[in-house]
Amino acid sequence: METKNIMIVGVGGQGSLLASKLLGHLLLSEGYDVKVSEVHGMSQRGGSVVTYVRYGDKVFSPVIDKGEADYIVSFELLEAARWLPYLKKGGQVVTNIQMIDPMPVITGSAEYPEDLVEKMEAYGFRVDAMDCLKLAGEAGNIRSVNLVLLGRLSRYFDLSEDKWMEAIEAVVKPKFADINKKAFYLGKNAT
Amino acid sequence: MKELMLGNKAVARGLYEAGCCFVSSYPGTPSTEITEEAAKYKDKIYCEWAPNEKVAMEAAFGASLAGKRAFCGMKHVGVNVSADPLFTMSYTGVNAGLVIGVADDAGMHSSQNEQDSRHYAIAAKVPMLEPSDSNEALLFTKTAYEISERFDTPVMLKMCTRISHSQSVAETGERQESEREYKKDISKYVMMPGMAKRRHPIVEQRTLDLISYAEESPLNRIEEGGSGRIGIITSSTSYQYVKEVFKDSVSVLKLGIVNPLPDKLILKFASMVDDLYVVEELDPVIEEHCRALGLKVSGKDRLPVTDEFSQNLIRNAFGMDVPESMSLPDEIPNRPPVMCSGCPHRGLFYTLKKLKVTVLGDIGCYTLGAVAPLQTIEMTLCMGASISSVHGFNKALGKESEVKTVAVIGDSTFMHSGMTGIANIAYNQSNSTVIILDNSITGMTGHQQNPTTGLNIYGDPAGKIDLEALIKAMGIERVRVVDPYDLKECEEVISEELSVSAPSVIISRRPCALLKYVKPKAPLQVDPEKCRGCTACMKIGCPSISMKDKKARVDETLCVGCNVCSQLCAFDAFYTTGGEV
Repeated sequence: METKNIMIVGVGGQGSLLASKLLGHLLLSEGYDVKVSEVHGMSQRGGSVVTYVRYGDKVFSPVIDKGEADYIVSFELLEAARWLPYLKKGGQVVTNIQMIDPMPVITGSAEYPEDLVEKMEAYGFRVDAMDCLKLAGEAGNIRSVNLVLLGRLSRYFDLSEDKWMEAIEAVVKPKFADINKKAFYLGKNAT
Repeated sequence: MKELMLGNKAVARGLYEAGCCFVSSYPGTPSTEITEEAAKYKDKIYCEWAPNEKVAMEAAFGASLAGKRAFCGMKHVGVNVSADPLFTMSYTGVNAGLVIGVADDAGMHSSQNEQDSRHYAIAAKVPMLEPSDSNEALLFTKTAYEISERFDTPVMLKMCTRISHSQSVAETGERQESEREYKKDISKYVMMPGMAKRRHPIVEQRTLDLISYAEESPLNRIEEGGSGRIGIITSSTSYQYVKEVFKDSVSVLKLGIVNPLPDKLILKFASMVDDLYVVEELDPVIEEHCRALGLKVSGKDRLPVTDEFSQNLIRNAFGMDVPESMSLPDEIPNRPPVMCSGCPHRGLFYTLKKLKVTVLGDIGCYTLGAVAPLQTIEMTLCMGASISSVHGFNKALGKESEVKTVAVIGDSTFMHSGMTGIANIAYNQSNSTVIILDNSITGMTGHQQNPTTGLNIYGDPAGKIDLEALIKAMGIERVRVVDPYDLKECEEVISEELSVSAPSVIISRRPCALLKYVKPKAPLQVDPEKCRGCTACMKIGCPSISMKDKKARVDETLCVGCNVCSQLCAFDAFYTTGGEV
């Protein structure tokens, strides 16, 4: 199988590392070769962060380059827009609609672009956008945005729900498993 | 067992399996997790954070001398600090195996330069292994110990950001114990001129022996591909990009031992192909070696010396098509890293900005004091340079700068290499003001303990250095402590210490807001009736505060109630329901 590419993007501190850990675990258990590339250090301090997940028969490069991503999973709307050049033609964006102002917007030297979801759609990008923060809150913890997003992403994968549940149990602390499973379902089934 | 493993974790697993007993390191991105993961094998491997890389390397040398396999990990710039022991350990050799892990940072994800560590291996005449994924990281770590003991040399294991911080599949094995006895050997371990003179030829012969080893080692391999017209010599993450782009359509000489290089193998490979290329990040080390062998080779004429590579960069360099890519026409504002909500450094930097002070900075989270809107730090060089440089700055300009210049340095960085700078101020007497930003942790690298925190790498109680007593004992009489959340106190103390004709140290003390034991207070709220939209609170660059409809707004998911912003509000617009969350 040709290597598939998933980018997980967001703002440092939003919890994207758990999402990539879960995907890595799941894909490895499906028998794929997997590489996951993370960002540590300075960029974690509220900066724009990206994690690359690649899987297939044999994966070489640990990173995803422009025009290569099959999926962009974004924790924040501006970050989804920032990383669009990495999306493959016909690739899918799955994004939280939460907006977090970056420092240049806070200081007034730049503007947060308006109507990003509509613009992305108008330019032909396939976008699946939803209020993950709200759904995470419904699941019982606003920190479960990552599982809401993964639940949504699971709609594009030909994998049984059991496999996802097994991965959640393997990766998440037992006391948070129920909340995370609920978040997963809310993300998956949201209209 | 096969496991998806971070490259750094794979090195730690290799240490465990190789029977390593001793690890001493100083944290530095992207190397830090090697030592953190090794510390999880507490029963078998003793681990510690040393005050700096020189101490760490010498401690590891001591353990090797005593007969236990030892390791010391650092980022690329850490080798600068520990170059002194490194160069002479090359002469003494080792007793039990000694491996030095160094992680380069091409692309400078979290570093002040992108120096290429291979130059150190060449200059110190020690072998260097360079894995290209987690499985190799584990395997090469074990091989490094075999090489170290067989050739009586420290061995450098070179990682880089993309290998250290990528997870790939690694196969684990069992631990094998390995110990040696310590034997007194003055001629080998005491490097004074008469003895070092006899050791140097041994080092030169060792390099020749290592070249022979490298010619045959399975760590260097030829992968034949295509018609044999194109041949690429590569290593590390560059190998992965080459394979990603060319698959099996070219021949590849994949080097796992990057010092010393296998001359015969390179010549053999060159003879197998029509056109020879070298693909290596940063400096043209392999390429120049090929030229010295008389080979016609292409490398840096098509590939950059700066920054990290990627598959598209290789595609472009070889005139191949890159995948189609699209973006929105909108300007997407940057999202640079910022000081966190409740960061204790923020209040202090705001005060320095207000007082129009010239700030010479150092390495840590607080380097972010150089970015908008605070833009306070005017110089950052290397660990400890703030203190040494403020002394030189003040000596050069005298009174005019003494009253308006400070050095700022974190607690961990101060223990790393700030003390010698203080010694110089105390000894050669400049009226310098040094501010130690004591947030009780090594912050930027992800919360490691240090000699001032009172805890060791395992979180157990440990020796705790008393900063005030230490600085006074070094001859600085004026030592003040301030709370950076208290802007009035900060302003008073800084103004006072700048104006006195004596060297002084101000300790700005408040633990990092991200530490688990620091309980956030209730988030602040803004009374829209009182807020005039004057934006005074925006001057501190807090990610929790933004302006919506000309009123300040606090993001309650981010705010930890530090209360610094409310001290800037002339209209009492901020309020809190109080208490801890």
